[in-house]
Formats: sequence, C-alpha cells, structure tokens
Amino acid sequence: MSVRTLPLLFLNLGGEMLYILDQRLRAQNIPGDKARKVLNDIISTMFNRKFMEELFKPQELYSKKALRTVYERLAHASIMKLNQASMDKLYDLMTMAFKYQVLLCPRPKDVLLVTFNHLDTIKGFIQDSPTILQQVDETFRQLTEIYGGLSAGEFQLIRQTLLIFFQDLHVRVSMFLKDKVQNNNGRFVLPVSGPVPWGTEVPGLIRMFNNKGEEVKRTEFKHGGNYVPAPKEGSFELYGDRVLKLGTNMYSVNRPVETHMSGSSKNSASRTQESIAPNPLAKEELNFLARLMGGMEIKKPSGPEPGFRLNLFTTDEEEEQAALTRPEELSYEVINIQATQDQQRSKELAQIMGEFEIMEQPRLSTSKGDDLLTMMDEL
Amino acid sequence: MYRRERSIPLRGSAAPLCNNLSVLQLSARKLTYFGVVHGPSAQLLSVAPEGVPLAQRQLHAKEGAGVSPPLMTQVHWCVLPFRVLLVLTSHRGIQMYESNRNTMVYWHALDSGDASPGTWSGRVLVFDIPVKGPNIILSEELAGHQTPITDIATEPAQGQDCVADMVTADDSGLLCVWQSGPEFTLLTRIPGFGVPCPSVKLWQGIIAAGYGNGQVRLYEAATGNLHVQINAHARAICALDLAPEVGKLLSAGEDTFVHIWKLSRSPESGYTEVEHCHGECVSDTQLCGARFCDSSGSSFAVTGYDLAEIRMFSSV
Repeated sequence: MSVRTLPLLFLNLGGEMLYILDQRLRAQNIPGDKARKVLNDIISTMFNRKFMEELFKPQELYSKKALRTVYERLAHASIMKLNQASMDKLYDLMTMAFKYQVLLCPRPKDVLLVTFNHLDTIKGFIQDSPTILQQVDETFRQLTEIYGGLSAGEFQLIRQTLLIFFQDLHVRVSMFLKDKVQNNNGRFVLPVSGPVPWGTEVPGLIRMFNNKGEEVKRTEFKHGGNYVPAPKEGSFELYGDRVLKLGTNMYSVNRPVETHMSGSSKNSASRTQESIAPNPLAKEELNFLARLMGGMEIKKPSGPEPGFRLNLFTTDEEEEQAALTRPEELSYEVINIQATQDQQRSKELAQIMGEFEIMEQPRLSTSKGDDLLTMMDEL
Repeated sequence: MYRRERSIPLRGSAAPLCNNLSVLQLSARKLTYFGVVHGPSAQLLSVAPEGVPLAQRQLHAKEGAGVSPPLMTQVHWCVLPFRVLLVLTSHRGIQMYESNRNTMVYWHALDSGDASPGTWSGRVLVFDIPVKGPNIILSEELAGHQTPITDIATEPAQGQDCVADMVTADDSGLLCVWQSGPEFTLLTRIPGFGVPCPSVKLWQGIIAAGYGNGQVRLYEAATGNLHVQINAHARAICALDLAPEVGKLLSAGEDTFVHIWKLSRSPESGYTEVEHCHGECVSDTQLCGARFCDSSGSSFAVTGYDLAEIRMFSSV
C-alpha cells in the first residue's frame, strides 16, 4: 500500500482532535486563557519540525493502537488531562470523522483539500502566535511539495490505504446520526446526488465514434442518481477557497459530542481477532513510536500553572459508566510488549518518555488496560 | 430485469481494492466458487444453487521477506484450457494453488529491491503453466508500462480479424495491446488521460476499459481507435466483467451503482454500439468487485467496502 499515507492520516486526525477539544473546553467553561494555552501547546507540539520530519518519511501505516498512543501523548502535551474513557471516546470521534471525510471525498486527490481545511482552521486557533503559525505554514509547504505532484493513481492508492486502516469501524456518533449522514447500523450514507467530482462528467451519456474519431451517434440512459456538474475546483494554494466542506469544523458549543458503542455487530469477529491475537508487530510498532515521539518536543510546564481534567462526557458519572461498559472487542488494548525481548529499544523509549514529564497529577488509572506510557514509565 | 437474491455472508468484509471479487463456475458440479480479499487473506467460498453456502476457507498471503505481514492485493481463478489455478497476489509475491486444494504449487517472490515497498514497476510477468504439476516457469517479462499494472484481460485470438489477445492496463490509464505467440508482441498503446484504469476486458476484438473518472471506453483492439465513450458512473469504476456468450458488460463504481450494458456491432457500419440494460444501486456501499456468475450473464454478484456479504442478483 502507499508509504505516503501517514502524514495525511496524522494531520487530519489531529485536526479533528483539536476541533473536539476546542468544543469540550468551551462546553466545560474552561477559562479562555487556559483553553488557548492547551490548544497552543498541542498545536505547537504537533507541528514541531523534528516531529514533522519523522512523520513525512516514507513508511507503512501502523495499527490504530499504535497511533492512538501518539494522540494520547499529544493530548497530554499541556496542562489538560483526560481519563481513559474520555481518551477512548475522543479517538473514536476522531477516527469516525476522518473515515467519513475519506469516504465522501469526491476525488482521491480531494483528501489533500480536506487536510488543508484542517490546517486552515488550526491556523485560526493560533492566530496570536506567529511562531506556531510559521510552523503550520511550513507543514503546508511540505505537503504541497510532496503531494502536489502525485498522480491520480497514487492518490487512489493513498485513499485505499486509508480505507483499509478504517475498515470495519462502525461507531455511531449522535451528531452524524442526527444529521442523517450515518445510518443506525453505523454505516455512512453515500449520497447519489449532488455535484460530481472535478474531472468527472455527469453520468447518462453514451457517445459512439467512427474510425476517424467523429461522433456518429449519441444516446442517453437513466443512471439512477441525481447528479449535477462540479461548480469549480478547490484551491491547493496556501490560501484559497477549498470549495469542499469536508474537514471544516462541524462542532460548536451547542452540539454535544456523543458516541454510541455499536457493541456486538456482524463484524466484531474480525475486530476481536485484531485486538486479542498476539501482536507480531509489537517490536516494529515500538520502533515507530520511539522515532515519532522522539521528535516530539514537549515543553515542561513553567510555573505553578494548575492542570485540569477535561471530560468528553457530560458528567463524571457518565464517564465512569462508559469506562465500565465499553464492549470488549472495541477496547484499545495496550500493545503487548515483550519488554524482555527488546530491552535496548525499551530503554530508549523509556528515556524518551522520561523527557515528557508532565505535571505531577495523581494517576487516575480507571481502566484495566494501562497504556504503553504507563508501562514504560514504570520500567 | 434483475432482482436481488439471497446474499452470501462473508467472514470478513471486502477490502477496498479494485476487482475484488473472483467467480469460478463449475457447471458440471452445479457449484460456484467465490474469492474475496480481506486484509492479509483471501476468503474462498463454495456455493450451491439458490445461493446456499457450502464451505468457506481462508488462504493467507505468504510472509516472504519483510517485517510486517503483507496485505493481499488480488485473488483470481485463472481458467486455462486444461486446468484451473487459483492465483493470489500480495506485495511480497504471487502464489498459485490448485483450484480445489490448499496446496500451493508455485510461489514467485517479487523483488524487494524496489526502492520502497509499494512501488510497482509495471512489469507484466508471463508464466508457462504445464498441464499438471508444479513445474511453473516464469517465461517472459513484458515491458510496456511504467506505472503499476491494475488489470489484465485476455481472449483466445479468433480468426484473422482479431489479432490481439491480451490487454494490460495501469495506474496512469495506459492500455497496452499484445499479441501472443512464442513471445508476446506489443501491437498498440492507448494512452491514458490523467486517471487510472483499474479494470479492463477484451471481447471479440473490443477492449472495454473502466476509468477513475467514472467513464467506460470501448476501443477497437487492433487499431486502438476509440469507438464508444460512456459517462457511466459518478465516481471511480472499480470493476468490469463480461458475459462472453451474449456480449454483456458489467460495470461497478464507487458511486454505489452497478450497470449492465449490451455490446453489439452495427450491421451497417460494423462499429461498436452500446445500449444500457439495467442499473442497480447498492445503497451506501462503495463497491469494490463485481462479476457475472455465468457466461450468459443471467446472474451477477458484487462486493463492497465494509460489506460482509456478497450481494447476488439474477435475471427475472
């Protein structure tokens, strides 16, 4: 599959994470300066040059578990803390949102426009910080450099790689259900009306030619959809009208972000296999995480800035309940690390983790699967 | 004209790869075999008439060199005059099996010397298959494409008018038309136009090609002349299939639609003509594979991304 998929996956998921955190910070009435600090810290960590360098190296995608670990670290890059249940919910929302966006992209290349939509909105969050703005613009330039010249076939492969990553994920999100973009069985609605992708003709016409290339006959057929021509192509410049709405911020203070666990579905068999089977990739994933997070430069919080806990649910009780009732096959089990087999790597990773010392907070280990970071810290 | 029949359940949903469905009909035994790729494995099912599933098995992509388990890219039953081989491809290589047994008869590893995994060189590999046994040899490597090959179509050359018997398509939309013989000869090239050509079929000297912009184009194989252009789908086409007995063409797209077309030659001009026969919408499903289940086109099957079943349709 494509080795150029990770930057797009990471940036878009990261963008969704910021949208959700921004909404929750406002819904929970966190003071403006604290909220801004959290977003600034996370964005500045995300777009750090060393981190981006690692990200943009051609590489295969790793598992959802491995990627979640990176986002968990990113979410804790500031004074904010999330419990396991909230982190699980956050990751579910992020992944379902981007899955939706990839599926509905008219052309495979439009996933780049979706990425630019995310970056444009991220820049809105950090308008007052010129240094971070510069980092984001630099990432923009890197994206244009690497993806600007890719062919339609290469974008098709990237799209397939992303869809494979999201295969069989059917978490129901109440906002999607309400907006009728998702069905009750967790599948997204694929509309058969609206504008066709840029470069595609509206279906319905059959043209026949002779050997000289002259059209000799033309007929029409009823194709079943209700399509119209594409109005214009979205802009791939640093600034411009993207035209596509996918990837823009759909959350606002008044739209609570609830998820429903689909629980046991027909596809749970294949997903259970993924989470309980012994993971032969553990060593590779450790390497990947070490490289990626080695590039993350998380600032030690200066001064006695008090931290706070963000809740993705409406009440603490709801959060506790969610942690207890999360279906087995949907839990993000920790990567089964054979610490004894690769002590050198584990030590390196522990060292990197050690550099990420966040505020000393009482560890609220609510879920049974403590994450990779906890295990490493305790080595 | 076609109505929906009972679906066949799959153990795992179909991967979002093009041409992700292979069908083998064994009319003598009244059985149909289906093959669908899911992740690192191919699911193979045998089905009795009326869609009653009989047996299911899975074959995995061979590990080969490399660290992570390979993803499978295609499963296909190759019907040769004297035997049927099941061919599985992954980024590591090509595996061939006897159609009804799990024994692998041949393994061809692809170069891991490619600059980065997933770079496909565009080579077409030609294998000599003996009447029986595992003595399969790579006999030729055809150069003609610079981007990854997406599909290959063949047809036994018939008569003097039809000299072409193989077409290969690639990610750039280029089609290469070949003539078989002691060695393959490149007859003509039909350039792409900026979108991949994921699926191609050959029938009576007519090439049917499905493109990433939703168009189906029909060309005369001998000359490469464009004869028909159909604005068939609103998204990329993922699969084409032909029912050779009647000249019916099936196209499936990521726009959730399946269309059936009738190909013919105009009696006056001799040019290819097309008529739309039937359209079917598989709601909210991005299709990835579609095949006729018999050579007369009286039934067809489709697979879709995230869909854990094979949807069946038959004519009324």
